[in-house]
Amino acid sequence: MHAIVALMVLGLFLGFLLGMAAKRFKVESDPLVEEIDALLPGTNCGQCGFPGCPAAAQAIAGGAAPVNVCPPGGRSLAEALAAKLGVSFDASAMEEGPAKLARVDESLCIGCVKCFRECPTDAIVGAPKQIHVVFAQACTGCGKCVEVCPTMCIEMFVPPTTLPEWRWPKPQNEVVARAA
Amino acid sequence: MKQYIPTPSPHTHGSLSVARIMLTVWLALLPASLYAIYLFGWPVLNLLLLTAATALLAEAATLWLAGKDIRRGIGDGSGLLTAWLLAMTLPPWAPWWIAVVGALFAVVVGKQVFGGIGQNLFNPAMLGRVALLIAFPLEMTTWVSPQPLFSAAAPGFLDSLTITFIGVPNIDALSGATVLGQMKTDLGRGVPLEAILPGMFTLQQGAVGEMRGSLGETSALLILGGGLFLLLRRLITWHIPVAMLGSVALLSTLMHLIDPARYADAPLHLLSGGLMLGAFFIATDPVGSPSSPRGQLLFGAACGALIYIIRTWAGFPEGVAFAVLLMNAATPLIDHYLRPRIYGRDREGKPLDYSRGAFARRLERYQGRRP
Amino acid sequence: MRLFRFKGGAHPDEHKVTTELPISRMPMPARLYLPLQQHIGAPAVPVVKVGERVLKGQLLAKASGPVSAPVHASTSGVVTAIDEFTAPHPSGLPVRSIVLEADGKEEWGDNIVPIDPFKLSPEEIAKRVGEAGIVGMGGAAFPAAVKLNLGSRQRIHTLIINGGECEPYLTCDDRLMQERPGPIIDGVLLMLKALNCERAFIAVENNKPAAQSALREACAAYPGIEVVGVPTRYPMGSEKQMIQTLTGLEVPAGGLGADIGVIVHNVATAYAVQEALRHGRPLISRIVTVSGGAIRTPANLEVPLGTLAEELVKFCGGLSETPQRQLLGGPMMGTSLPHLEVPIVKGSNGVLALSAAEMRLQPAPQPCIRCGRCVQACPVGLLPLEMAARARNGKVEEALDYGLMDCIACGTCSYVCPASIPLTQYFNFAKGELARKRSEAQKADRTRELARARQARLEREAEEKREAAARRKAEREAKKRAEQAAAEQEAAS
Repeated sequence: MHAIVALMVLGLFLGFLLGMAAKRFKVESDPLVEEIDALLPGTNCGQCGFPGCPAAAQAIAGGAAPVNVCPPGGRSLAEALAAKLGVSFDASAMEEGPAKLARVDESLCIGCVKCFRECPTDAIVGAPKQIHVVFAQACTGCGKCVEVCPTMCIEMFVPPTTLPEWRWPKPQNEVVARAA
Repeated sequence: MKQYIPTPSPHTHGSLSVARIMLTVWLALLPASLYAIYLFGWPVLNLLLLTAATALLAEAATLWLAGKDIRRGIGDGSGLLTAWLLAMTLPPWAPWWIAVVGALFAVVVGKQVFGGIGQNLFNPAMLGRVALLIAFPLEMTTWVSPQPLFSAAAPGFLDSLTITFIGVPNIDALSGATVLGQMKTDLGRGVPLEAILPGMFTLQQGAVGEMRGSLGETSALLILGGGLFLLLRRLITWHIPVAMLGSVALLSTLMHLIDPARYADAPLHLLSGGLMLGAFFIATDPVGSPSSPRGQLLFGAACGALIYIIRTWAGFPEGVAFAVLLMNAATPLIDHYLRPRIYGRDREGKPLDYSRGAFARRLERYQGRRP
Repeated sequence: MRLFRFKGGAHPDEHKVTTELPISRMPMPARLYLPLQQHIGAPAVPVVKVGERVLKGQLLAKASGPVSAPVHASTSGVVTAIDEFTAPHPSGLPVRSIVLEADGKEEWGDNIVPIDPFKLSPEEIAKRVGEAGIVGMGGAAFPAAVKLNLGSRQRIHTLIINGGECEPYLTCDDRLMQERPGPIIDGVLLMLKALNCERAFIAVENNKPAAQSALREACAAYPGIEVVGVPTRYPMGSEKQMIQTLTGLEVPAGGLGADIGVIVHNVATAYAVQEALRHGRPLISRIVTVSGGAIRTPANLEVPLGTLAEELVKFCGGLSETPQRQLLGGPMMGTSLPHLEVPIVKGSNGVLALSAAEMRLQPAPQPCIRCGRCVQACPVGLLPLEMAARARNGKVEEALDYGLMDCIACGTCSYVCPASIPLTQYFNFAKGELARKRSEAQKADRTRELARARQARLEREAEEKREAAARRKAEREAKKRAEQAAAEQEAAS
């Protein structure tokens, strides 16, 4: 009998302490959202489905969006976000297609500057009535220019790997599955 | 265009494979196994074969459940070796179900559940043995006296089948305690060593093996021979065996000097129980032991210390299995902290600084050697 | 001389079947393919145009930047193209190369003039070595002039000439040392002068006794040069392990041998230095070993740079069977080739066609049993099993923590692994992942900058518009007031 009472009192007391601690030491402001936003590209391209990077940062911080929600950020962004949030993330499960770049078909371009205005990193150069060109080093592959071009002359393509960019592939997994 | 996948270097390979390692270790155990068959008769053979068969079947079944390639999983010989080592620690006339339960536990719970070969935290054979010891203490401490094959009292082959599968009615008449077991009971009653040991243990008995014990406990010499064979073939390194035997020798010598009546000396400890088997075959199991030389020394020394402590002051007469399991648990920690020194870096991992300190002196000494 | 032992290592079967075969001269092929990048550093920049006729030894592409090397014509002929051609690289990707059509005349340019090089200053020597396009001929292909210039910045007390050649099958350095020891010693003396150094060791593995005695005889007159026999152990020829063996000192992590006053050069580099400085000939040929079970008649060939590997194999009688693997270099660190239409470049020391049996082709990898043989084998003292486990799970930063960047990719760990795990490939993959992450992070930073710049631009334009509108409004109001004032004045008068 004594034991039951003693344990009950102990349990109640510790539970009370925990509750007080949760209220007292709660983190009020959430700098996490700003930190996540700082990691995101900031181009507001919308590929994640959220209206802009700050909204996506909010969702990621709240857990509404997974860490690999940002396609231009790729695997490295997903891993950085996972590290920040302290969640585990299996990067190898992530389907990472090769990075795409935009390219203007010069024979169809009419120089309307619509894509020029749309590009979040000013990667398209060209003036009104002049052929536009995508500056590959600034292009993030967000695809916004493709949507606004009236002559459909912009396409997304995968640039071929050059010798300095080539990397060794990962070796095959060792667990040999039964030939089904 | 199909992406060309390059083949990585190196484009040649050494001659060692996992199966070859396991086979060589099994060969090293063979002399002691054959001697055990001679010493205790055909039931030993039944035990060995039964344990091995159960282990292989269990492994095949779990691999099939896990969807892995059965042939490769069995073919690397690790299941067979686990079973053999487990059998070597069982009482020679143990009933069949001890062998079966032990093998099942070792293979399924000790190895496959963790993810298969290379993934187990604990030594599977020792896990199996400890489970049996705790669950069936009576059967696991019934040590039959030596009944050499072809002698008058030895059972024939058919009789051995009866012994293994049905049981022995007068087993108590044929069995007794091992040296360590006797010592534990009698020392606890206050009997001094001089009274316990005569007639119970001689050095020659300990080395050659004509005494009660498990299959691997008896002939320390043959086990040592097997261990040296493995060392020569570079299948194990010297660090763990030397550290383990050394620490037991050191502690036992120390305590013997303090009180010769209560504490046995080093030769007895080294030659009795499963210490030799543990030092060369069990503690050196690569999966549960540290990968760096310094880590291995610490592992071996700690194992030896634990074995001595358990034997002398704890509740069990023999402590090899427990010691190995405890140190298996410590291995990740040892591996984390005791890493080899990297070329060009000091022990803390910082690049070598040749501008001052010991390295500067070494550089100066080298430069001074120029003509 | 007291030698030290480096950690780990292995002893693969030597297969030195060509060690008795003298160097034979490979006939000039019809066409040569000279990549602009045959060295570590920035690619060379072409100085000739398509269609131009060039002479043997003429400069085709100049070095660009401090770490680079020029490319010279291996023969006289016409430049037919400057275009992408398959690189001697495991990826099989193309590299920009100069295609030279030989005219058969082998006409040397008139800039090739022999001189007495010992009259030159150390800086001059280094400069001419650079102009001759000499790079490390042991396979690393690091521009030799850069290394020689280190002598002016740091005190170099020891020059080590690397005659190790620890890779199985390869005997090109061995034959060079046996047949041309005099010029090699000449080159060593020139290097010593360039480095302001007085002591040189020529380290030769003990499986090359003929080379050792030939060199000893050639350097007998020079007390500053000593031929040292080193144990035959892979990877003895690795620079760091060589320095440790001869001096007992370790190159600090992230540093160079020069940081502890030691410079290492391959024995063929010394020979090339002598060719360039005494005879004025730039680096346009090298010795290559063609060997392996699938080659009909293995040989050591003196090959003009830019020759395709398939021409070498053809000259050696062709393939006697379909090889399991075709390699450029040795079996431990060489690159496997998808086909033999790749050019021989400055760092190519061997062309091997291996059968499956001599390769000891391994079955698919098994799980790691943590046996620790890789730890025993690693000459750098790393824990390959731990690094590979982390690389497999994508945790490359943790692999870095275990010393990934100190790995010299020698392949010894993969060689000894009983489970046939491709450890070296895991490390190469992990290093690539780290590089990829770094470049992705840089791109992300750049993108953020660009996006911010764009925002700033838009704001600036909006600001200007507002100012312009405000100005116009002010002008309009001023005008209105002026008109009002004028109207009032009129009404008043």
